[in-house]
Amino acid sequence: MTQMLPLTLTDVVVRRRGKRIIGPVTHRLEQGPPTIVIGPNGSGKTTLLRVIHGIERISTGQVNWTHDAPDQQAFVFQNPIVLRRTVAENLAYPLRLAGVDKAEIISRVTTWLARIGLDALANTAATRLSGGERQKLAIARALIRTPQVLFLDEPCANLDGHTTREIEALLSETAAAGTRLIMATHNMGQARRLAGDVIFMLNGKIHESGAANYIMNTPQTSELKSFFQGDIVT
Amino acid sequence: MNDILQGLSAAFWLVVSLDSELIDISLRSLRVTLTALVISCIIAVPLGAYLAVQRFRYRRLVIAGINALMGLPPVVVGLVVYLLLSRSGPFGVFGLLFTPTAMIIAQVIIITPLIASIAHQAIRELWAEYHDLLISLNTTKWQRIKTLIWDGRRNLLTAALAGFGRAIGEVGAIMIVGGNIDNVTRVLTTAIALETGKGDFALALGLGFVLIGLSMIVSITIHSLSRTEREGRW
Repeated sequence: MTQMLPLTLTDVVVRRRGKRIIGPVTHRLEQGPPTIVIGPNGSGKTTLLRVIHGIERISTGQVNWTHDAPDQQAFVFQNPIVLRRTVAENLAYPLRLAGVDKAEIISRVTTWLARIGLDALANTAATRLSGGERQKLAIARALIRTPQVLFLDEPCANLDGHTTREIEALLSETAAAGTRLIMATHNMGQARRLAGDVIFMLNGKIHESGAANYIMNTPQTSELKSFFQGDIVT
Repeated sequence: MNDILQGLSAAFWLVVSLDSELIDISLRSLRVTLTALVISCIIAVPLGAYLAVQRFRYRRLVIAGINALMGLPPVVVGLVVYLLLSRSGPFGVFGLLFTPTAMIIAQVIIITPLIASIAHQAIRELWAEYHDLLISLNTTKWQRIKTLIWDGRRNLLTAALAGFGRAIGEVGAIMIVGGNIDNVTRVLTTAIALETGKGDFALALGLGFVLIGLSMIVSITIHSLSRTEREGRW
């Protein structure tokens, strides 16, 4: 399988109705441990993820993958989108799109249902699931095609501690298996637990970035220090 | 009041005695209407879905046009179809005037905008919900339309039932293009009009009750067959 990474962002700017949402952003992402994007509300975390994934149009600049393979990426949204189908059909959907044969679909869906603990709900309408179950289903659906890169936009926002722990365990296993995680979060504890690298966004720009251990212990800018202290950063 | 009671009584005896003419007229009504409905759904549902997912220059104008056509006066449709199918008209060579086919054509023209408009509305809402996911999964336009039609089938059924209701109760257009010929193009609505004209209100009311009953039975049957209130197995 051809490696998609490294990824290079060059002077990427996103404008909407004349207003700059992010940019200019220049950054390089290598294959490696999870990258966690942190920053205050409105700093451009979600937009950055969407731009890299290719679902947000850029105004200027370039996003260059070493090997561009849209079917090797997946995105988990903050508010999980579930299809109006059963839980099992939700998991089968990306495989059907990819033309996977029926026996393989059944095998993979069964495996993933057990892995996320929703096997008893296989034939339940996904719209009837709780928030945590929906998010687990959305993550499993994103991972069922074994993508090289997985984007997650605050996947544990509004979830209880137990579900958050389950999701973090699943994400750690996924990262260990070689999928590159790029995740936006507000949860600093989660960032510490999962991050290999950290990108700190402020006012639509990458304000600071680097290895998680280094950044979290020795923030270089006053804004990041204030952010870690829980102050309002603008 | 006396007419209504006589109508109820006439309807009861017509149904109980399995009056051959009534059955013939009812079956013709159903055949014409259901055929028109199927043809309209084949045209209108993909059209509604396409208008929901595809952006093009005159899209809003097309949607406004379809919405405006929902209010097409059936008598005018009948007149236009009559002129087109009459011997001196462009399609006169096919000899379709005063046949059930002409009635189906008229009904298709009347109900297609109605079904397309309701279908577009339903699919547009679903598209707003699914948009990010389907873009993220790198689906083709055709895959999106298929997914939206399948997952929106319960709302699309409402569109189909609205079309059925309009078609089964239609009289003006099919009277003009069908001619209300006994044993050939006479349907429940045109028979009611004829009996009313003759002053046989009891029979007209009887036929009216049969029409209402038939309409309700078909609606309930379609509703239950489509499992609208139940979960499916995958």
